[in-house]
Amino acid sequence: MSITFQTKPGLVVYLTAGDPSLEATYDIALAAIDNGAQVIELGVPFSDPLADGPVIQRASERAVGRGVRLQDVLQLCGQIRAARPASGIILFSYLNPVVRMGLPAFCAAAKASGADGVLLTDMIVEEATEYLAEMRRNDLAPVFLAAPTSPDERLKAIAEHSRGFVYAISRVGITGKQDAIGSDAEQLVRRLKQFTDLPVAVGFGISRAEHVAAVMQFADAAVVGSAIVQLIEESQPGDEARAVGDFVRGLAGK
Amino acid sequence: MPVLEQVTEVSRSMGTGRFGAYGGRYVPETLMAALLELEAAYLNAQRDPAFQQELDGLLHHYCGRPTPLYFAKRMTEQLGGAQIWLKREDLLHTGAHKINNALGQGLLARRMGKQRIIAETGAGQHGVATATVCALFGLECVIYMGEEDMRRQELNVYRMRLLGADVRGVSSGSATLKDAINEAMRDWVTNVRTTFYILGSALGAHPYPTMVRDFHRVISKEAKRQFAEQVGRNPDAVVACVGGGSNAIGAFYEFIPDQNVRLIGVEAGGRGPGLGDHAARFNMQGGGIPGVLQGTYSYVLQDDAGQVSLTHSVSAGLDYASVGPEHAMLHDQGRAEYVSASDDEALNATKALSRTEGIVPALESAHAIAHAMKLAPQMGRDKVMMVNLSGRGDKDMGIISRELHLGSGPAENKGTR
Repeated sequence: MSITFQTKPGLVVYLTAGDPSLEATYDIALAAIDNGAQVIELGVPFSDPLADGPVIQRASERAVGRGVRLQDVLQLCGQIRAARPASGIILFSYLNPVVRMGLPAFCAAAKASGADGVLLTDMIVEEATEYLAEMRRNDLAPVFLAAPTSPDERLKAIAEHSRGFVYAISRVGITGKQDAIGSDAEQLVRRLKQFTDLPVAVGFGISRAEHVAAVMQFADAAVVGSAIVQLIEESQPGDEARAVGDFVRGLAGK
Repeated sequence: MPVLEQVTEVSRSMGTGRFGAYGGRYVPETLMAALLELEAAYLNAQRDPAFQQELDGLLHHYCGRPTPLYFAKRMTEQLGGAQIWLKREDLLHTGAHKINNALGQGLLARRMGKQRIIAETGAGQHGVATATVCALFGLECVIYMGEEDMRRQELNVYRMRLLGADVRGVSSGSATLKDAINEAMRDWVTNVRTTFYILGSALGAHPYPTMVRDFHRVISKEAKRQFAEQVGRNPDAVVACVGGGSNAIGAFYEFIPDQNVRLIGVEAGGRGPGLGDHAARFNMQGGGIPGVLQGTYSYVLQDDAGQVSLTHSVSAGLDYASVGPEHAMLHDQGRAEYVSASDDEALNATKALSRTEGIVPALESAHAIAHAMKLAPQMGRDKVMMVNLSGRGDKDMGIISRELHLGSGPAENKGTR
């Protein structure tokens, strides 16, 4: 298990795998790790990303258009694992590509690729019986999302079934940048901490070093997604890894 | 009892909305509290006679229920087989069955104190029905619609705007129904605390498929009674088009226990059998495979990597990559049969019904007519068939006139009968 947030700040970096190319994602992931990201969330592009804002939607559409498949993302995960044995890697997907492969086959392949855990955007704890059994069988960490709208009873179940860390959604909404981190996030993390000793990572709308610093006041890590995906979109071809590396270093305040 | 315990209690009693292996609830966690709240409110409303009374009153006085069961005599004679009876949902206020559900959910939204309504629409009929209900109840209304659908169902866009709705175009994907649902769900995730999502088909996460079906059950309830009165017995077959499947499940539901009534759903065969050329989830080679789309587990047209396919149909209302989970169950059980009709067959059926009965069907409903025209001659003259005429064709006049060359002069446009 390589999901730890020993160094501060705890940083999780989300990447849409295959945008702009699988090779580029590999370079970008290593650059992010080398500049302070403890965990990489490797996003599987999907045709219908209904929890995502425009930035990740566009990235997903580009990668799907390029023919990037779950199988390719698993292979990419294996390559990143080989290059950076100590860092954390989470596979981040909508459910359908995983269901298409089959839960047992997917979990076995995820393990073989060296992933530490899996986050399925549209999988809630009530529906997760078979998924959790397969994850356990393969010694993989299921990471569930917790939302500001989740009542305590649900947070308890989410905390109990998560391994590695719990992903707290900072606000009610889809992924994407925002100006400031609202009070929803802190309240949610406090409520979650009643039920678990696992690290809590806060995501959605975190794009600047001051956001990361604010989150670190009450949580264990910050997840940065859309800001990095947008930076990749706006970078000159070939310059993405350098740009992301610099950006991550900046987020970490170094 | 605190609200939370109440919600949990209720949700236990209703399960997780499974239809055999299908259905369930696959949504971002942010929506779960809202889905549980909705489920509790719906169950509570169902048990409240005043709610049902108000709904029935509006369905009668505002919408025009019961809709007639009409014997299509000339069409029956021409086909020379089973008697064709049309359940005239096209005569409802706003021109389609969709108002049954929009009204039910609108009343529920009002009961829950939600002031802001969102909905998706494909053909625009659900959008028009929702905009109508919002006007009636004085609620804010936002409708998401694929830009391709806005183009081909332009008249419905104007109707929604006239009714006071904010119609927002969606350009992602194929810019049709699926993409409109994605955008509506994004809105709901963002505004979940204040907003009620009036989902328009028997799709999505629990409790929607059950709730939407319940609001359309009135179709088969009435039809069963009308068949008893007008024919003296049940029909031998019930035929309905299936996009998401709301009119079909409403038309089938009360007949499901009656094993001798054939239930036939007609999907969009589009322009051919290739993936991307049709919306026949059950029927064609390269048809649907069980998967998760937009909150529910059902048949989904997809590639072998699990990416959802584009679809095609001349009718915007059938142009969808998945299908309601209860239909998936009825399909696997063999209780209902699912067939398809092509774009051309639907257009021919539109012309045929217009000219034999003086009824212009919606292109969606025309798929059901097309199959009835194939099936009736294979059945004896003593057999009786119900076709659910789910909507009227006014909204489709642009497409119909282009496809059937109605603008090209009086000679070609002359009636053939």
